[in-house]
Formats: sequence, C-alpha cells, structure tokens
Amino acid sequence: MQVNILIFGQIADIIGTNNILMTDVHDTDDLTNRIKASYPVLNTSKFAVAVDKKIVKENTALNNNNTIALLPPFSGG
Amino acid sequence: MLLKEVGEAGQQKLLQSKVLVIGAGGLGCPVLQYLAAAGVGTIGIIDDDIVSITNLHRQVLYNIEDIDLPKAERAFAYLQKLNPDIKVIPYNLRLTNRNALDIINTYDIVIDGTDNFSSRYMINDACVLSNKPLVYAAVLRFEGQVGVFNLNQKNNEKSVNYRDLFPIPPGEDEVMNCSVAGVLGVLTGIIGSMQANEAIKLITGIGEPLANRLFTYNALTNQVYELALAASAETGSFIPKDEAAFINFDYEMACSAKNTFEIDASTFNSLANKENVTIIDVREFDEKPIITEFPHHHIPLNRLTEKLSALNGDILVTLCQSGGRSLQAAKMLSDTFGTSKKIYSLQGGIVNWKNLQQKQ
Repeated sequence: MQVNILIFGQIADIIGTNNILMTDVHDTDDLTNRIKASYPVLNTSKFAVAVDKKIVKENTALNNNNTIALLPPFSGG
Repeated sequence: MLLKEVGEAGQQKLLQSKVLVIGAGGLGCPVLQYLAAAGVGTIGIIDDDIVSITNLHRQVLYNIEDIDLPKAERAFAYLQKLNPDIKVIPYNLRLTNRNALDIINTYDIVIDGTDNFSSRYMINDACVLSNKPLVYAAVLRFEGQVGVFNLNQKNNEKSVNYRDLFPIPPGEDEVMNCSVAGVLGVLTGIIGSMQANEAIKLITGIGEPLANRLFTYNALTNQVYELALAASAETGSFIPKDEAAFINFDYEMACSAKNTFEIDASTFNSLANKENVTIIDVREFDEKPIITEFPHHHIPLNRLTEKLSALNGDILVTLCQSGGRSLQAAKMLSDTFGTSKKIYSLQGGIVNWKNLQQKQ
C-alpha cells in the first residue's frame, strides 16, 4: 500500500521536495511520526494534515492511494 | 456593470456595502484597487506603516514619490482619485485588541491582508466575536492561501474560522514562523485579487464563496489545491469568550514564545572571524547581498542535513536574508548536535546586519 504526500510552505523547504510517496503507512499519526523521525526539526512544528483534501484533526486510518497534504501556517502579506 | 449576474441591483449592493481592509501591503493593494474600482461604497484602510522602496515590487498603489509617507494616507489619495464617488476612510494606526472591535463593528466584511500571526489571530477572533465574515489570505515565497471564514451558513451549519485550520499560533522558536523569506511580487497580486473577488461575491450574493474551504496556489507550478475545512469543537476554547476577555488577551505574547538562538549584530561581530566559530549562510546560492566581510560556509537550508560533517566549529552561527530561515536552521542543528555545540542565529539577517555596518 502506498500514499502520496503533498508538502507545502516551509515544510517543503525543509524536506527539499513538495511531493513524496510513502509505503505501508497505517494512519496519519504513523505518517507524521515517520516524517518527524527523518526531519527532527519538524517535531515542534505546527501544521495541518489533510487526507484526500479534507483537513483531519484526529488520527485517521489511511488506505492505498490516499493523498495526504501537510500544510504549515504562513503569515506573509 | 454589464454582467447580468451582478446587474443594477448588484451594483447598488456594492455601493451600500462597507468593507474594512486591514494591511495596505502586497495583498491589501490589489484588494483596495479592485474594490474601489468595483464601486464598494465605503472602504476602510488600516495600516500604520510607511511606504519603503522594497515595497514597490508588490504594493502597486504606491510610487517612488510615496516613499516614507503613511500607506493608509497614500492608498486613500490613490483610491479617491480612482473613484471619487465612494467613501474611503484611512486609519493610520495599528490595529490592536483595544481598537479592533470598535472599528470592525462599523463594517460588513473584513479583509485580512496583514503580514504577521499576532494580527491574523486577533482579526480572526474579533470577527468571530462581532460575527463578521472574514476574507483571509496569506502568502509565502511562491505559495498563497485564500479562504472565507466566519460566514453564516444557510443550513445553520457551524461556520469555520482560522482557528479550525490552525488552532494556535506557532511560537517564534518554531520553524514555521518565517514570514520574511520573501514573496514573489505578482503572487500577492493574484491572491489579493482573489480576496477582492470573494468580497464582491459575498456582497452581491453571486457564485460560491470559499466558505469552509481553503484554496492554495503555487505560482511556480500553477498547481492549485483546495481543502475542505470543518468546524471543530476545540476551536471555541481558544477564542476569548467576550469583549472584555478579548481586550485582555495578549496576542503579541501568544505569538512570540522566546527562543534562545537569536543574537544581535554586535554579538555576531564579536564571534565572526574567530577560529572555533563556524558561520553558515543558509540562503539559496543566487541570493543577494553576497557576503565578503567574514569567512563563512554557504549551505542552503534544504541541504544542511547532508553537510553536517563540514561544520567543525564549537560554535555554529546561522544567518539568512532576514533571520527566519536561519532560526529554522539553528533549531535543526540544535536537534542534531544537542549540547555538544553552541548554536546561534543572526537576528534580522544579513540585510539588517549590512545596514547597521553602513550606519557605523
């Protein structure tokens, strides 16, 4: 099973890409934990998580081909 | 207006409407220009800043003669010439929780074109408390977000506000609070025009406003991505419960948790050129000004984790254009090296540092 992760704003700068694929990921907590393990600087970051274009607040189970978006706040104007 | 969807009735609605635009900068300028041109009857402009030369690439209401003059006053003069039939009210002041509710209460719609989190959270909460629709947008480098918050739903569904997306502000020591990484000028034109469009749709009642949705746009790839938002139960607990609580809420504090990485220019100068100090420029390779004044490594932020072995000083000092990305880098290095190295970030970045050196 594989999910597609779209990355926005400063998180894309840190990870160095705006799109990654992840395999065998169970739920959104698992996904964010795995990303934070690779990029510890994200441990203290706030960002919104969306599954298939819907913002989710609670840990959400993932299925094959889900698209997950990681969206940090930004404030420029 | 010749569009049948707007028509004479729509034009009348525009003329009778009162819109408050907070921030007359990159987003505020196109918003103001299109609302005035469309004939919005009363437009308030809040900004306490003055025009500077670095604004002109994106703040298109101003020209070279406006430099050092108040934005609210200059925008007022421009708009009144553009459309003398409307009423434009300049507020050359900073919106605070002491004046926000009084001002917002006299308008129908609020447009957020500010450039910092403390204003954004304060405006969101003020709009929730005074039950005013908020047309929100924010930009960073090549990305923009737009949404309409706090709009009364037809079917009594609870309306969404900014805190349903991001419940609490990021602290200053968090990596995401970098509002200063630069913005593509035309991006604020695109996103600000979308805010004006949303406001006009709200006023005239045509089309589908971006309510309970967040629209995102990437100017480099032209990718758009729209997210559905839902009101969440926890959100209400973060918003002051009434006017008195709002006035007593410290938005500045909530948005600026202390960090221990930042050093000022004079502390920086005392460290530069020392043997055990490694200075790292984390900007991209093509960014200017170029640094010739002191030895340093040049490693863009997204390459930093690959190049850790090059950083052999006991003290690491990061810097970037204006201090945002370098703070991220410092946090990243601190997570890697722990207490084995002392890590600092140059506050205000190289631009501020060069300005200070010139003054001396």
